[in-house]
Amino acid sequence: MTTVSAIEGVGEVEHVLDVRGLSKVYGEGETAVHALRDVDFSVRRGEYVAVIGQSGSGKSTLLNMLGCLDAPTSGRYLLEGLDVANLDERQQAVLRNRQIGFIFQAFNLIPRTTALANVELPLVYAGVGRRVRRERAEAALSLVGLEGRSDHRPNQLSGGQQQRVAVARALVTTPALLLADEPTGNLDTASTTDVLGLFDRLHEAGRTIVIITHDDEVAARAERVVVVTDGRLTEAARR
Amino acid sequence: MSIVEIVRFAVRGLIANRLRSLLTMLGIIIGIAAVILLTALGNGASVYIQSQIAGLGANSITVLPRQPPETAGTDGRPLTSADARALADPQGAPDVASVSPVVTLSATTAAGRATSDVTVVGSTPSYFSGANVQMGTGRFYTDADVEAGRKVVLLGRTAADDLFGVGSEPVGRDVLVDDVPFLVIGTLAPAGQGQGLSNPDENVLAPLTAVQGSLTGFGNLSQIVVQARSTEAQAAAESEINSILDRRHGIEQPDNRDYQVLSARQLADVLDDTLGAFTLLLAAIAAISLVVGGIGITNIMLVSVTERTREIGIRKALGAPPSAILGQFLVESIILSVVGGILGVAVGYAGTLVPLGDFRPVILPAAVVAAVAVSAAIGIFFGAYPARRAARLRPIDALRRE
Repeated sequence: MTTVSAIEGVGEVEHVLDVRGLSKVYGEGETAVHALRDVDFSVRRGEYVAVIGQSGSGKSTLLNMLGCLDAPTSGRYLLEGLDVANLDERQQAVLRNRQIGFIFQAFNLIPRTTALANVELPLVYAGVGRRVRRERAEAALSLVGLEGRSDHRPNQLSGGQQQRVAVARALVTTPALLLADEPTGNLDTASTTDVLGLFDRLHEAGRTIVIITHDDEVAARAERVVVVTDGRLTEAARR
Repeated sequence: MSIVEIVRFAVRGLIANRLRSLLTMLGIIIGIAAVILLTALGNGASVYIQSQIAGLGANSITVLPRQPPETAGTDGRPLTSADARALADPQGAPDVASVSPVVTLSATTAAGRATSDVTVVGSTPSYFSGANVQMGTGRFYTDADVEAGRKVVLLGRTAADDLFGVGSEPVGRDVLVDDVPFLVIGTLAPAGQGQGLSNPDENVLAPLTAVQGSLTGFGNLSQIVVQARSTEAQAAAESEINSILDRRHGIEQPDNRDYQVLSARQLADVLDDTLGAFTLLLAAIAAISLVVGGIGITNIMLVSVTERTREIGIRKALGAPPSAILGQFLVESIILSVVGGILGVAVGYAGTLVPLGDFRPVILPAAVVAAVAVSAAIGIFFGAYPARRAARLRPIDALRRE
């Protein structure tokens, strides 16, 4: 598969993601909604960036674009130097599998499936063999502190534990980018601290993280904060 | 992403909804079981009738005179002893084992004051095997009896009962056949069935020469009974008879024949055709239930896709290509239909163990193979639409669903 090797073979580019003039319009004519207007945004390797904004500001739309879950109306998006617009559906699936690790507000674990099987899932789609898959999934679970919970199903885990399984699942393919969408939105204070601590550790270990939140406390942990307002993106004061 | 993984996902999906999977399978189980059982019934009936026909007269072929159609422009020729001798020629008819010229007449037999209306059949000893005549008591007449024109007679069971009392043993007694005295040398076993021409229990059998000499005169034959060398040779024997008689009777068009050839084989063929059509009809009715079962699969798979839209979205976000999603749902429906098909064959087989009246259903191996193949095809055909729908879901729409 030439595409896969092309994606994996991308060399060290400075920016993990680089967005130029990105716009997204829903609908047409008078009813058209401009969710994103001419957004320029880039993230360096190893950076920990928070995207904040009111609900309806367009930050979720931005996340969908960055995660290759939705296509922009116009603009260019380079992920690891690769222009996403040129990829077909299958190639985009490969891209999501290798380069992006998703962490959702609602955890989005597959129900009735053990924590281990959930973490293994991206590796299955990556075509990794059974034994290697298991080793890597167990390693990812112990990284998030859940080594004893691999046989538990989502309904046997607390919210914080479920989100940590989701983080393990996002990490297991060693993607270039971790995309977290309101990762603490459904968690209590203790679990929030827990998961944010985990992000800090991942950041220290050199992972590139983009976290979307409306919570200033969460954003405060990031290196850099950008604000989305009415579909426009502005840089917040650097700390 | 290997096939093994896709199958594992599919099996997990089915096990997660055990009851629903089973109920969906039920439609296929019933459809396949119905096909297996109904074709087995038709086939069983066919096997039963074949065995009944085989008992009528092994390898026997009857040649009868017949009025040719008016377009032939002739009244046709009767069957003669010369015709019978020609059929016995091993050069022209190598597949013929024996030829029995037959004359029949209706007559009244009398013994004392008792009388019985019978059909007198005059022939040669080969007739006994040719017409599958079973001996009751006494002896058959022999070639010597025929050559000498001895007036001896074998009584059918009904005739014997009428003349000498029920269950009597009349061997050695005299009977009058149309006022000509004959000596009873034996009785026939009760037959109950015949070749459809007459009731053999009402027949009395006598040497051809004796019947011709004292009752009918040395004229034309009523029929010629021919025996083929084997069941396999029957068709060949029939065509040899046709070509010999066509030549002797100067017939150019088969439609204009002044004789007809009847055999158990032909009867079997006709019945087989009828039963075949009947079996096909039953199978067609069963196939309808199979289609209904297939639509059930489509229905449930669509429900399943809708219900698991979010799961599909998650899988796509994690990098599942459309082919993997398509494969997972397609394999689910194929498993449903194939496992349902196999269970259906088992249920159908269990059903055939129940005997019905005189015959038992006999499973057609071809029906089993076809049933399993058809159920797999049903899984692909009726699962394709829901699976495509799942594969085409946009991840963003799928994830948004609660």
